[in-house]
Formats: sequence, C-alpha cells, structure tokens
Amino acid sequence: MFPILSSLIILPFIGALFLVFIKSTERNTGIKYVSLFITFANFFLSLYLWKIFDPSISAFQFVENRIWIEGFINYKVGIDGISILFIILTTFVTPLCIISVNSTTTYRLKEFLIAILIMETLMIGVFCSLDLVIFYLFFEGGLIPMFLIIGIWGGNRRVYSAFKFFLFTLVGSVLMLVAIITIYWISGTTDVEKLYELGIQENYQKLLWLAFFSSFAVKTPMWPVHTWLPDAHVEAPTAGSVLLAAVLLKMAGYGFIRFSVGLFPIASIYFVPLVYTLSLIAIIYTSLVALMQEDMKKLIAYSSVAHMGFVTLGIFTFTQQGIEGSIFQMISHGLISAALFLSVGVIYDRLKTRQIKDFSGLVNVMPKYAIMLMIFTLGALGLPGTSGFIGEFLVLMGTFKKSIITATIASVGVILGAAYMLWLYKRVMFGNLLKTIDVKKMVDLNKNETLILSSLATLVIFFGFYPEPLIKTYAVSIDNFINIFNLSVDLNLADNIK
Amino acid sequence: MNNLYFILPELFISLSVMFLLVFGVFKSNSSKIIFFLSCLIVLISLAINLNININEKIFLFNNSYVVDDLSLFIKSIILISAFFVMFSSYNYVKINNILKIEYPILILCSLLGMLVMISSNDLIVFYIGLELQSLALYVLASFNRDNLLSSESGLKYFVLSALSSGLLLYGCSLIYGFSNSTNFEEISQNFNFEYGVIFGMVFVIVGLAFKISAVPFHMWAPDVYQGSPTSVTLLFAILPKIAALTVFIKFLYGPFLNLFDDWQFIIIFMSVASMILGAVAAIGQKNLKRLIAYSSISHMGYALAGLTTGTNQGVQSSIIYLIIYLIMNLAFFSCLFMLKRNDKFFENIEDLSGLSKKHPILALSFLIILFSLAGIPPLAGFFAKFYVFMSVIEKEMYFLAIVGLLATVIAAFYYLRIIKIIYFDPEQEKFDTSINIGLKFTLIFSTSVILMYFLNPNFINKYVVNILVFQ
Repeated sequence: MFPILSSLIILPFIGALFLVFIKSTERNTGIKYVSLFITFANFFLSLYLWKIFDPSISAFQFVENRIWIEGFINYKVGIDGISILFIILTTFVTPLCIISVNSTTTYRLKEFLIAILIMETLMIGVFCSLDLVIFYLFFEGGLIPMFLIIGIWGGNRRVYSAFKFFLFTLVGSVLMLVAIITIYWISGTTDVEKLYELGIQENYQKLLWLAFFSSFAVKTPMWPVHTWLPDAHVEAPTAGSVLLAAVLLKMAGYGFIRFSVGLFPIASIYFVPLVYTLSLIAIIYTSLVALMQEDMKKLIAYSSVAHMGFVTLGIFTFTQQGIEGSIFQMISHGLISAALFLSVGVIYDRLKTRQIKDFSGLVNVMPKYAIMLMIFTLGALGLPGTSGFIGEFLVLMGTFKKSIITATIASVGVILGAAYMLWLYKRVMFGNLLKTIDVKKMVDLNKNETLILSSLATLVIFFGFYPEPLIKTYAVSIDNFINIFNLSVDLNLADNIK
Repeated sequence: MNNLYFILPELFISLSVMFLLVFGVFKSNSSKIIFFLSCLIVLISLAINLNININEKIFLFNNSYVVDDLSLFIKSIILISAFFVMFSSYNYVKINNILKIEYPILILCSLLGMLVMISSNDLIVFYIGLELQSLALYVLASFNRDNLLSSESGLKYFVLSALSSGLLLYGCSLIYGFSNSTNFEEISQNFNFEYGVIFGMVFVIVGLAFKISAVPFHMWAPDVYQGSPTSVTLLFAILPKIAALTVFIKFLYGPFLNLFDDWQFIIIFMSVASMILGAVAAIGQKNLKRLIAYSSISHMGYALAGLTTGTNQGVQSSIIYLIIYLIMNLAFFSCLFMLKRNDKFFENIEDLSGLSKKHPILALSFLIILFSLAGIPPLAGFFAKFYVFMSVIEKEMYFLAIVGLLATVIAAFYYLRIIKIIYFDPEQEKFDTSINIGLKFTLIFSTSVILMYFLNPNFINKYVVNILVFQ
C-alpha cells in the first residue's frame, strides 16, 4: 500500500530541503513558488486522503507500522475521523500563511519559509502518530521552528516572548515524557491502539493524567499557565500567530481527546471538577481581560484562551455532543482565529501599529476589508450561521447534560465574547477616520489578501450553514470512542463493587 | 606470547611513542610530521583494536588485565574520538604556536594510560594507567606556557588531581587491607570487614568523581577548561570522561557489586547535584569554554544516573549517553575552532552575536548542536536522555527522573541564550573562513550524526546491547 500518511508528513520537509539549495535572489521568485507548490500539493494530497477515507469505520485507517528502535518502539501512524480533520486544517492553513509571508516579508524570507515547512511536517506528524514516543517527538520538535519564527521575525519584545514560549512548553512536556516512559514500563508498549485495548492500571492513572495534563494545559493554554500565549502572539509575525492559533493550540485539544480521556478514563472523570473550574475561569476571566486590551493581537490572543476554554469544557463532558462540539469548535476556531490574525496583519502592514486607539473609521476607506472583518467577528462571537455557533452550541448542550450551573456560567462567556469582539469592531471600523491616519497608505485589500481572507470567510459561512461534511467524518469515530470510554468506566465500577 | 596479542593496541602505541620521541629529537622541524604521524598511529591502533575478536572474557597477566566486550568497545570509542580531537584541532594548535613535538606525544601517552585503565582488573594496574593519563594531561593543560591562564590551569589541575589521586590511593589501600587482594574479582568475594571496604569504596568513588568532575568534586573543571588551550579543553571534555566513567562501571559492577545498596545512594546524590548545579551555574557564564565546562558537569550527572539503576539497560544507556555526548562536544568545539578573526580565536559568547547573517551554515550547525545539547527532540541529545530515563524509570526512581528532566529545562535556558545571540542579535564583523579540511570534516560528520540519529537509532544501539555487566 502507498504510504500516504508518511508522504504527507515528509513532503513539506523535502520541500524545506529543496529550499536550502535554492539561491536566494533579489525577488526570491523561485523560493516563493517552490514553497507554495509544495504546500498546495500537500493540501490536495490531504483532500484526496479525505476522499478515500472511510468515515463509517471507527478503527484507525491507513496504518503504517515500522520497526524504529529494535524491540522498543515502532514508527506507527494512522488516522481516524478525529485526526483527519486536523490534518486538513493544517494543510489548509499553511499555504495561506505562505501566501501572506511571500507578499509581506522580505527579511530572510528563505529561512522563514523553511521554518514554516518544517513546522508543517511536525504538525501533521502530531495528528498522525499512533505511538506515544513518536507523538512526543513531533509535539516537542515543534518548539524549535516556532522559537525561531518568534525570535527572528518577531516584534520588539521578541526575545522575551520566544524564551517564555519555549520554556513554558518545555516544563509541561518533560513531565509528559516521564509519564510516557512510565506507561511503557507498566504496559509494555507505547502503541496507542494496543493501550486502548489493554487499558492502564487504575492506581497509576491519576498521576499519569496529571503529567499529561501539565503538558496539554500549557499548550492549550488553560488558566493560569496561559500567560505565554498573549506574549507569543503579540510578538510573533503574522504567519507565526496564525500557525500558533490555528494549529498549535489544537495539538493540545487533540491530545486531551486522544490521550488524556482515551487512555485514562477513570482519572479523567476524577479530575472533571478541576477541568471545569479552570475552563470556566478561562472563559470568564480571559474574556474580561480581553475587553480591556489595547493591542488588537493581544485581544484576539485572549479570546483564543476563552475559546479553548469551551473546547476543554466540551471534551470533559464525555458526551457525544460535547466532544463533537469541541472538535468542531477547534476546527472553526482554527479558521476564524487564523483569519482574525491575518486581518490584523493586513492593517499592521499598512500602518505598522496594532493599537486600537490608532484606528478609527476604517470602513470609509477599506470597505472590502470591513466586510471580511465583520464575517470573522461574527464568527468569533458565535452568531448562528457561522461555524463558531455550532461548536459553542454543541459544547453548551453537552455541558447542560452534565452540569447546569457550569453551562450557565459558560453561557455568560458567550455574551462577553460578543461584547469584546463587537466593541473592537466598533472602535476600529466605525466612527470618523482619524486625522493621523494617512489615507494614501490605507488602500483596500490587494489581490493576495482578498484571496486568503475570502477563502477563509467562505469556509466559515459554509460550515456554519452546512456542518454535515465535518460531522459525518468524525461521528462514527467519536461514537466508538465514547462507547469504549463508558465501557472501561463501567468495568472499573464493577470491579470496585466486587 | 598469547597474552601479548590482546594488548597489541597498547603495545603499538607505547612503541610508537618511543619511536616518535627519538625521531623528534634527531630530526629538526619535525613537529608537523609527528602530529600527523600520531593521528595515523591512533588510526592504526584503532584498526588493530577492531580486529581483536573475543568470545568470552579474557584474563591476562595473572588476572590483572582483562579484555572483554566493554573494554574493547570503549577502547574503540576512545581511539576514534582521539583521532577526531587531534585531526580537528590542527589549525588551532598551529596558529597558537603550541605545535611542538611533545604535544601529540603527550596525547598518545595519556591515551595509553586510558587504555590501560579501561582494561585493568587490578587496583595497581588501574592506578598506573590513571596516573599515566593524568600526568600527561597536567602538562597538556599548561602547554601554552606564555599564557598566564594556561599555566594557572595546569597548576590547579595538578594540585587538585594529585589530591584526588591521593584519596583514591588511600581508598585502594583500605580495600586491600580489608579484603586481602588487589584483584577486582577477588575483592568482591572476600570481604573480611565490610565497613572497612565501604570506607575504601567511598574514597575510590571520590577520586573517580574528581576525574569526571561530578558535583561536589567539580571545582577544578571551569577554570581548567577556560585556561587550557581550546584543543586541550576538547580533549578534557571527552577522553578522560569516557575512560573514568568506564572505570566507574568496572568498579561499581565489579568489586563493589555486593555493596550496591551502599553506593547507589552516593551515585544518585552526585548525579542529582551535578544535573542541578551544572544547569544553574552555567546561566551566568560569559565564556563559552566555562559554559561548556558546566554543561559537561550536568551531562556527567545524566550519565551517572544510568549507573544508579543496577541493570544492564542502565549501564548501556550510560554508554550511549557518553557516545552522543562526545559527538556533541566534538561538534561544538569544531565550531569554536572556526571562530577566529585575524588569527585570534574567540571564546566569549558575545562574539557570536549575529553570526547567522554572515555564516548561515556555521550558525545552523551551532543551532543543531545547541538544541541537541539541550535535549530537544528529534536530535540525538534527546535520545541520550531518553534512554537514561527509560532505565531510571524502569527502577521506579521517579524522583531522579523528574529532577533530571526539570534540570534540562533550566539548562535549556542557557543554550537558548547562545542561540538568541547567534540568531536574534545584531551582526558583527565577519569571521575568517579559512578552515582546514579536518575541521570541516569533523564538523559535518558530527553534526549530521546529531541530526540524522533519529532516522536509525539502532546503529549505535546494536553495538552497545552486547555489553553486559550481568551475564
């Protein structure tokens, strides 16, 4: 069988190697086209994968299993209905990043594109891997290119932000490494599929869950370890913020579903109050913080924390609606936050500022931009008819089943979300054009920007009205996932009663 | 005669040393020839060593000398790395005017001492080997006579090392006194008085800890590393550490095996202390050589962690750690050898500022090496730590594992700081790029091993799995 997943993983890396050998010239056309070609090829490959993917089977598909370290660890990749969507999200967002980088960056463009391509390899790897050690390699490896992206192409405080990002994530992850090795010694394998069958002894589960949680909570990010995110977002270049918000944060959400809940069902139930509390704080508190931000990117960064709060809330309801909602929310947030960061990038390129007070009345000079930003604002606040609505709605539905108080408090977050997003839009777009703004510079969207933003806007609206293609893809996998979860919890209860 | 076959590498080196000495005295201006002849000699003895095949442990000279899988493997590793150490440092040695005939000969002498030390099976033979290598190293440390720091470091190393040798010798005599033998096999069998032997063991461990610069016996390392010529620092960072750690393995899993419960705690303490101190103390350093001294202290902590497990896997993981450590150091120092402007070599971190703009390839290798030293996947440095913690967690020593991994986070900070200076800071004047082939080859070879290791981890592992301390 053709190793389609491995090709998806390796293709951007080959592209990066290719770029190394192309000489950078004045206009860098070769470099730009090669990177675009590679990422688009990867995107179409992943669409083809979606087409031949059979959504009616709950087992892992396209599994490749090779010996990697003798008698120790196998290189094992495979996908199910949950992971395939994240892969497509990754391959979809990366070319958009590259288009935006190509048209805005000139400083060390080649290295930037190489970093993005390597990043894509690692991100796809995370979503494909079916072995804990392989997962860890991809998960941690992502730190290197991201550190460089923030540090080399970032803003004024880039060094501080890059270090904070790197060290925060590393602290969480080393504990996960201890947990992974422990799992190897108590279960004899790190193969995820086998671990699902074998289960993990109950007395180990809680500590292992906490170790995994420490890593994913930093990456998600959950309150109180979210502080790296606003810094990283603000200082990162536009493409870096997009990758961070759209894909990197989703690694943690994916990890929660696949590993925390999947491997440690009993501990997951035990820690539900903790997760709910942290998620609610994330939703309410960071929404309030977002209201008071003066930097647009920082505002969106805090809104990301709030939205990821919904995701964790949904996952830990262990209901069909909750988990489906979380996944939908992650995909939709991937699209919307990417779009919002790109939109901020658009006006930042023109005026070199991101302060809200520096803008006013942009609707007068940039009508196309105003429409696009409206769509994304409405998407971010979860208006029916956009993809943002479906995710939040499903999550709240799932939460109502489990805890009415939690759901009520979370609903307040939706209102707050509307408040800060609409207020941002009002301040930037409406009113009179500030005298300080140079009208000549504020031209409307150019061709590239229109292409990127309109493709994202189309998807946000399309999935808002017709979520079926996504839901159909993951429905069976999640159904099966929850069945296994309930089964192992019941078994454990029965054991305890005996 | 049969005995001599198994010590051919040692014989060959000692004969060559004598020959080179005579040759150097009678032929004037021969230092260059002698330097390359010594490289060749190291390669030949490597070839001889690889050619020795054994099926079982072989005891020579009245059981005072042993040839087994462990010693043969480590000897090969030492000879290979000695070759690279010499090969890559030629330019540095020549430019700094320390290319004298004694330089390569002293390296060969210390090499001989290490080989004897690794194969020893008797306290006296072991001590002779240890002193031979140390004496040669004292001279090498102060080889740059005109440099104040170099003389200071040589003297410092001599005084402290002599002290540690004294402790070691005292320990050996205690052991002999309480077990009636100097032979490793016999020591483990007849303890007359266990506490006496424990006393002796503690002294021996202290002496050896000095040699690998494990905390709390690390004080000499930063000064000596900084003061010695960089080519000698490279030697210090690699060869004696491999040899001394191997002797650690031989002692702990040979004569002291029955005292496992007693020494395990000592080694765990040294390991944890080295990891933490190495990581914390390196943060404030401005000199790259001092920094790498602290970094090697913490790396020794990880290598020791593998020894605390008391399993074959643990010892093997330590050996793999050592191998990857030496490759990373080789790569790091080859980068250092390249940093020169107008025949002056640079050692301060600030001098690297903005390197990436003018020398993208050198900067990229630096990047790979530093991330690997920090232990970030998928580079080789990660796997080194991974194997060690694999064996540590097997024995359920979670405390050691968690402390060790958190120390890597602290350590990551100072490696990142160098990367920051290379990549994020404003650029400076260009460095000279006239670099010789040996240096280039060493750098490319070691960096690609670090980078490509994850593609096929078995290529080192398959040699190491044969090394069993428990049959």
